[in-house]
Amino acid sequence: MAEYKGILVFGELADGKLASITTELLGCGRRLADELKEDLCCVLACDTVGGASKEAVAFGANKVYVVEDPALKEYQADSYMQVAGKMAKDLSPRVILMGQTLMGRDLAPRLAFRLGTSVTTDCLDLKVDPGKKLLVRTRPVYGGNAQAVFTSELMPQMVTIRTKAMSPLERDDSRKGEAIPTKVAIDTAGIRTKILETVKEEAEGIKLEDAPVIVSGGRGMGGPQPFQTTLKALADLLHGAVGASRPPADNGWVPEGLHIGLTGKIVAPDIYFAIAISGASQHTAGCSGSKHIIAINKDPEANIFREAEFGVVGKWEDVVPALTNKLKELVAG
Amino acid sequence: MPVNMIVCCKQVPDPEAPPAVFKVVDNRMTLPPDVKPVIGQYEEFALEAALKIKDKVGGKVTALSLGNNFVRDVIKKALAVGADELVLLEDKAFEEGDSWSTANALAAAIRKIGTYDIIFCGRQSSDWDTGQVGLGIAEILGIPAVTLAREVEVTDGKAKVQQVIPDGCQVVEVTLPAVIAETSGLTLRYATLKGIMAAAKKQPVVWKPTDIGLDPSKIGAAGRHSKLDKLFQPVKEGKCEMVVGDTPAEAAANLAKRLREAKLL
Repeated sequence: MAEYKGILVFGELADGKLASITTELLGCGRRLADELKEDLCCVLACDTVGGASKEAVAFGANKVYVVEDPALKEYQADSYMQVAGKMAKDLSPRVILMGQTLMGRDLAPRLAFRLGTSVTTDCLDLKVDPGKKLLVRTRPVYGGNAQAVFTSELMPQMVTIRTKAMSPLERDDSRKGEAIPTKVAIDTAGIRTKILETVKEEAEGIKLEDAPVIVSGGRGMGGPQPFQTTLKALADLLHGAVGASRPPADNGWVPEGLHIGLTGKIVAPDIYFAIAISGASQHTAGCSGSKHIIAINKDPEANIFREAEFGVVGKWEDVVPALTNKLKELVAG
Repeated sequence: MPVNMIVCCKQVPDPEAPPAVFKVVDNRMTLPPDVKPVIGQYEEFALEAALKIKDKVGGKVTALSLGNNFVRDVIKKALAVGADELVLLEDKAFEEGDSWSTANALAAAIRKIGTYDIIFCGRQSSDWDTGQVGLGIAEILGIPAVTLAREVEVTDGKAKVQQVIPDGCQVVEVTLPAVIAETSGLTLRYATLKGIMAAAKKQPVVWKPTDIGLDPSKIGAAGRHSKLDKLFQPVKEGKCEMVVGDTPAEAAANLAKRLREAKLL
């Protein structure tokens, strides 16, 4: 029986750099590693990893396994599973951390089933049971209407973690760590999927995830137009971005990339305007990390007012333009 | 070429019910009796994806569900909208499972059904939201899977799947048989009166654990790989300051002033 030891983060790259979710996983992983007095390792797999391995060390990894192969240029389950399967077998980690991202939500369940263990997806919180050295995992359930705490005795202990749920360490380039080039022979004949075409729906202006202010509209907006006019005017004034709850995205009023919620993007801006959004848990799961939530809704009983810090009851057509005008005046004055 | 499809559906409490009705009592989710169960929202999208393929190239759609005490009218919706068969894994032993035991039982049932080109699932169940069962089935059966799918087209023994990615979508070609897990985007058609009447007459096939040849220790609660320690609802402070005015425009202006005062903007 192999001995399971260490924390292993399956990292990701974004535009050639370490993805922010990976810095968050390393922050969480460092804390677990220190509690367990074990090493924190990170796997970075891509066609070219470059400087991201140094970044992973600066964010807390003791060892970075660099797996480079042309077949790893884009995430595809069948190629990445070959890397994940081999690394899990060779390193025999106690804990495997992935992000609740396109890659993590696809790869982690497959790997857990292959290894015969259990993975808890979309975790908001992780603790270590010090006696048994098992992870205590908290995640949302019932569309965000409740949370559940899970444990498993099976090894390795696997979780995926929601974006922005954990804090990264301060980047420190003086941290010592080792980058280990690692060869994984990828059998390209075993790749059963092929990406034929990729269409990016680039939203103009500031990215939703980076926006300090988000102006979001819901089903009550009634159509695509107000997202491009009324909401955009308020967002532009505050140097923010426009977002949406699920119904506008499902109805095609806005691109899917603007969908904020349990199954869309998770955002945590300073200011979040929820306009004509009822406040289903599905949606609030994606914005509850915002510092200040401001709700505008014609229904005084709307659930969003339970989440908000400030609220106005009224139709968005009446309230939002007046709010934008007054703010313009105050900002100018 | 006709396509054989199996759609995994789950009966869940209506996820669109207002948040206030979801109450945790003794570590269990308890909902008032007027909140009716439904087929999970993502499984409805999966059903639609399958029915569209059947409309276009022909084939057979088998709906498959696991649970106990199914409300027949709820789960038979799959038949009413156009599925050809309904297979229920229905037994007390199937209760209280997790992703591991559920995927194993469904995979055993799929093996028993025998012929399949596509196994459709929802991206995640509308109650436990784990998003693992479809991928687990693929891993157990040794077939590929594409998740976060919308439109699916079948040609020459392959499927072209529109997959939602952050800030866009991509078209992924996958060899069949495969698991395809649907995200939101397709809307399930309404049942026709003819469909509802045909569904009323049709009896589902009901399988017990012994029918799919799985050891009872691998099923439901006994077959879990994870333990639920606690179910709870975080307390919300709910201290919303309502800003008012004689007119909505005045309330809006007052809100602007209040946000300025609070130094938020």
